Amino acid sequence: MTDTPRTDCELAIVGGGPAGLAAAALAAELGVETILFDEQPTPGGQIYRNIEANSRKLDALSDILGADYAKGLALVERFRSSGAAYEPLSSIWQVTAAGKLGVSQKGRAYLTRAGRIILATGAVERPFPVPGWTLPGVMGAGAAQTLMKASGVVPDRPTVIAGSGPLTYLVAFQLMKARAPLTGVIDTSRKGLLETGLTALPVLPGFAGDLLKGLSWMAALRRARIPVFSGRNVAAEGGSRVEAVTFEGRGKRRRLPASLLLLHEGVVPNNQITASLRCRHVWDAAQMAWRPWTDEWGVTSAELVAVAGDGAGISGARAAVHGGRLAALDAACRIGRISRAERDERARPERQHLQRDARFRAFLDNTYRPNEAVRRLANETIACRCEEVTAGDLRALVAEGFTDINQLKSFSRCGMGQCQGRMCGATVARILALSLETDMESVGYYRLRLPVKPLPVAQLAELGNAERDLRPSPLGADGDPSQRV
Amino acid sequence: MFRRLRADDLTTTIYFDGRPLRCRPGDSIAAALLAAGVERFRTTPVSGTDRMPHCMIGNCFDCLVEIDGRADQQACLVPVREGSQVRSQLGTGKFDAV
Repeated sequence: MTDTPRTDCELAIVGGGPAGLAAAALAAELGVETILFDEQPTPGGQIYRNIEANSRKLDALSDILGADYAKGLALVERFRSSGAAYEPLSSIWQVTAAGKLGVSQKGRAYLTRAGRIILATGAVERPFPVPGWTLPGVMGAGAAQTLMKASGVVPDRPTVIAGSGPLTYLVAFQLMKARAPLTGVIDTSRKGLLETGLTALPVLPGFAGDLLKGLSWMAALRRARIPVFSGRNVAAEGGSRVEAVTFEGRGKRRRLPASLLLLHEGVVPNNQITASLRCRHVWDAAQMAWRPWTDEWGVTSAELVAVAGDGAGISGARAAVHGGRLAALDAACRIGRISRAERDERARPERQHLQRDARFRAFLDNTYRPNEAVRRLANETIACRCEEVTAGDLRALVAEGFTDINQLKSFSRCGMGQCQGRMCGATVARILALSLETDMESVGYYRLRLPVKPLPVAQLAELGNAERDLRPSPLGADGDPSQRV
Repeated sequence: MFRRLRADDLTTTIYFDGRPLRCRPGDSIAAALLAAGVERFRTTPVSGTDRMPHCMIGNCFDCLVEIDGRADQQACLVPVREGSQVRSQLGTGKFDAV
């Protein structure tokens, strides 16, 4: 971290998870002047959150987090010794197609011009709206895991986990090991592992380890006599706090007393920046999420900007490393550090790994399609947490003729609160699509405005280096406030 | 609702609504508050109901608190600093005059 911010570089990378770390390390090793910006205080991303500090001490927490987590240290160490500059605790509030980043750090905003940009902003948990999900005591399962990794903090009141996919069972397993009072797991997946076994057969030989790991978590929960239910229509009940979790299982409504409900139905790309850039996006029907369109190097429809890792489509931490390296190789080639031949040669093993991982990902996508998180919401359920707009409020507006998602945003205020649509965007689009009997592609997404992270007006007013820039951006001046300062 | 697995390194003190809380250097303010039993981080500007962090990774904005006189701070993204004065954010929150 420097006191005088660097205001230009050859390559800027946004995000310090596996994709960003791998990209930054390789680019710097190839002689590219690289800065990695990250919102967190230490490198690792969410998957390897706090890995350096946690690796220094072998104790109960190390045992809970396990060997897969520990593998992240090598990635961080290679990044640390690569010579890439590192700017932690940095919020990126704009990225323009002309390669200008708006950074806010230590209460001060500045602009950095980058020759090229790699966005490695990773994934966020898929918003999972259920009745009562705004009550204190409803969190993401990933949020509970983050608390564990970052601070060694675990639940100590009755906890229920509801959802599907590997992370649901991993978190349940980890909480069990941490002796958290886990009173039940509600599996919301439509199909069990057995039913999708046929799909799994062709990938089984290469991924037996991964599959066995998942089965071992389930077996450990059974041994600990933690009840696992198959259920749907999950709801949090309580006056001002969560008091119970209800769901339908085996045809009847059941109720589990709980203070904490952890929800999880997979993760989706964090594409706030590419959406604000008006990059071309594609709807991924298998993952039920938008992702930025990219070429085989991760380059988006904004030529200077590439995306790597889960931000380009959910592919997992292992694949993110290889995706990050591909983007770095391409950047180094375009900047002139390596030839096209060298880029292509070095890319080959990375692509082989990616192809191998893609087969397992297809199996996971098929087995754990989101189910409860994308169901039709009851009228009373809150769609937009910030502005407290219910599904019923939205349906009433649609019935009045507000059938464009941005019209709906203006009139309902969904997407205009603090989170800028991060928590409600997909839900509002789905309500609209279901009401109009059309698909998500036809509905589209909110027109996102800069800044993509809240920025105090005082910081904007004191922007150190907001020189007038008259160069037209490749995508036009739309959405670049620095060109109008 | 939460407890700490390690309680040996609580060397930093922050204040929440005037109450001193011991925490670990490196904690986010959100983790420190949750570990200390805080369940109401803020009340919403629309209905005035209580909120607690939901995502812990800067996405949901339900952990907003006032830190050292500044409203709208994402508690899950701000590390604890010795002596930080944190207040729960009521409604739209308030900024102290500087």
